[in-house]
Amino acid sequence: MSNLLDLLVAGLATGAIYAIVAVGFTLLWQTSQTINFAQGEFVMLPAFLMLAVMHAGAPFWLAIIIGILLSMLLLGLGFKMLLVDPMLRHGVLPLAIATMALAIGIKEAVKQFFSAEASPFPSIVPAGDLSIFGRVVSLQSLGVLVLAILAVVGLTALLNRTSLGHQMQAVAQNPTVARIIGIPVERMILLTFLINAFLVALASLLITPIYLAKFSSGEVLGQAAFIAAIVGGFNQVRGAIAGGLLIGVVDNLAAAYISTQYRAAVPMILLVVVILFRPQGLLGRPEERTV
Amino acid sequence: MKPFGLAAILFAALAAGTAFAQSSGPIKLADVAELSGGGATVGNNWKNGIDLAVEEINAKGGILGRKIEVTHADSQSNPGVARAQVQKALDSEPYVLLGPGYSGSVKVTAPLVAEAGITQIMGGEAAELTQAGNKFLFRTSFGQQSSMPKVAKYINDEVKAKSVAVVWVNNDFGRGGRDVITKEFGGYGIKVAADISTEAGQADFAADVSKIKAANPDAVFIYLNEEESARILKELKRQGVTAPLIGETTLVGQKVIELAGDAANGARGHVGLTTDAPVELIKQFRDKFSKKYNYVPDHNGIKGYLAIYMIKATTEKMGKVDPKAFADTLHGLTIKAADEPGILMDVTFDQNGDIDRQGFLVEVVEGKQVVKQVLPKLH
Repeated sequence: MSNLLDLLVAGLATGAIYAIVAVGFTLLWQTSQTINFAQGEFVMLPAFLMLAVMHAGAPFWLAIIIGILLSMLLLGLGFKMLLVDPMLRHGVLPLAIATMALAIGIKEAVKQFFSAEASPFPSIVPAGDLSIFGRVVSLQSLGVLVLAILAVVGLTALLNRTSLGHQMQAVAQNPTVARIIGIPVERMILLTFLINAFLVALASLLITPIYLAKFSSGEVLGQAAFIAAIVGGFNQVRGAIAGGLLIGVVDNLAAAYISTQYRAAVPMILLVVVILFRPQGLLGRPEERTV
Repeated sequence: MKPFGLAAILFAALAAGTAFAQSSGPIKLADVAELSGGGATVGNNWKNGIDLAVEEINAKGGILGRKIEVTHADSQSNPGVARAQVQKALDSEPYVLLGPGYSGSVKVTAPLVAEAGITQIMGGEAAELTQAGNKFLFRTSFGQQSSMPKVAKYINDEVKAKSVAVVWVNNDFGRGGRDVITKEFGGYGIKVAADISTEAGQADFAADVSKIKAANPDAVFIYLNEEESARILKELKRQGVTAPLIGETTLVGQKVIELAGDAANGARGHVGLTTDAPVELIKQFRDKFSKKYNYVPDHNGIKGYLAIYMIKATTEKMGKVDPKAFADTLHGLTIKAADEPGILMDVTFDQNGDIDRQGFLVEVVEGKQVVKQVLPKLH
């Protein structure tokens, strides 16, 4: 039983990170029909940007700030202007394939400029334990969970409680009408790209101390976030959150109770089942094709 | 007088140069290693060790007056790619083939190399590699059949553990080690409290560690590659596992310490080769390597370095560069560090290509490998 609790805590901590990444994924889809297959690499890269800043002699906190800004510049603004804008007018599929190419490009570039070897990455949460109801929980797991929840709550508040959020939602629901009623659609779309870049940088900061900074670490993350988004509901932020947490927990339980070899298959099976019986995802709403 | 003298020297030098090129070109070696992928730490250390030794030997005039030339190919830590790269390397007819470092890659390439009648000096440590009757395959470090009994004995005699959780990586290397140590535990009456298989390249060890916690063993035996070792050490610390952590070279290596930080402290392992060994020649090697590459090598760096000096000692023993007679000469050969300092420690090769050499038991103390015991050479 205690084992199960440990697994749940660990699963929720990883799941919360998946959730952050999955939320960014769904945001891009909602506002600009971008299916970003490079999302995993987007999580891998900021850690290396931060490491590079630290190598230049900056302290960790400064590296975090610069890393997040750089990631918003490259993975937000740059990604939108250089890849999404030119490709999107040719349809969703060419853009999706272009993001696959981008994923390979980022991976190989990191391998080239840094190294194929893993590097250590400092944790923003101090090491140590906390006793909760007589159970020892590591500060790191807890810190990851708390930060991830804060990010999600903050984002939900932004989307639901502010005028800016309402404008973004309007753009997501119907860009044409949004434009007619005077919402700066382009600016709103750019904003979602910047938010996504911020989210992946945050996820990078949280997951890299555990997984180590490595050029290939985006593969697992991207896949997990993708599955999380579909399982939860591609068109709902809360769906992506639920999907992320679910995949994190299911993955850990599968590794412990089924087998390590098949752990990667279990979320996939979940994905297939959800698509067969509830194609819109657990919390998603049915979407009509416009084209 | 002066112009004439200069011309004479120039002429002599030219003539010598031509004569040299005609009688003997460079000795060609081919290396296939894990330069990228999961084994990148292994492969790059191995490669750098090789390059350092080659540079040293060439600076002193080469082997029997001939320079060494080595090419490096990347197996991407993938046995399939390794096989293709080895095939390609064999086409250029190298004197000796170096690598790969991963046992799985050695397993699929060794038959090719043996068929070509070329000697292969590799980094793999799986027990089975030298038990298939291959007459051309040589180790640079202990095989599992030499190291695991020492680890099991240590766990029984010194740690006095009655139950041990065994964590291993599900590939040739990991399965080999797990099979040998489980058998050894059986001999001592030590119970395997949990038998945990993990995947190569695995990022998340939370589930595996909670299984260890649930089994509550007296000690944990960890047999993973370097990066995974670092990740599980961090997770073990995160989940507050306090049982002694014991492994082999891959648990206490320099790279693991760098990646795992504090979490590596207290980990113990049997190490055939370590740059922290209380051996003067190894200290000198470590200094030269760190000066050239700006980092402290792990055992794979030493292995690559030794491979080249094995070639030098064997070739000098033969007195000629003869790829066909190379393996026969190396079988049963004892190379003494007093005669060939590049070999670092006295070593004997048996008829299977396995080695006999002294070993070390180390513990990670405040981020440094500390040698706790020296385990002497058997013969």
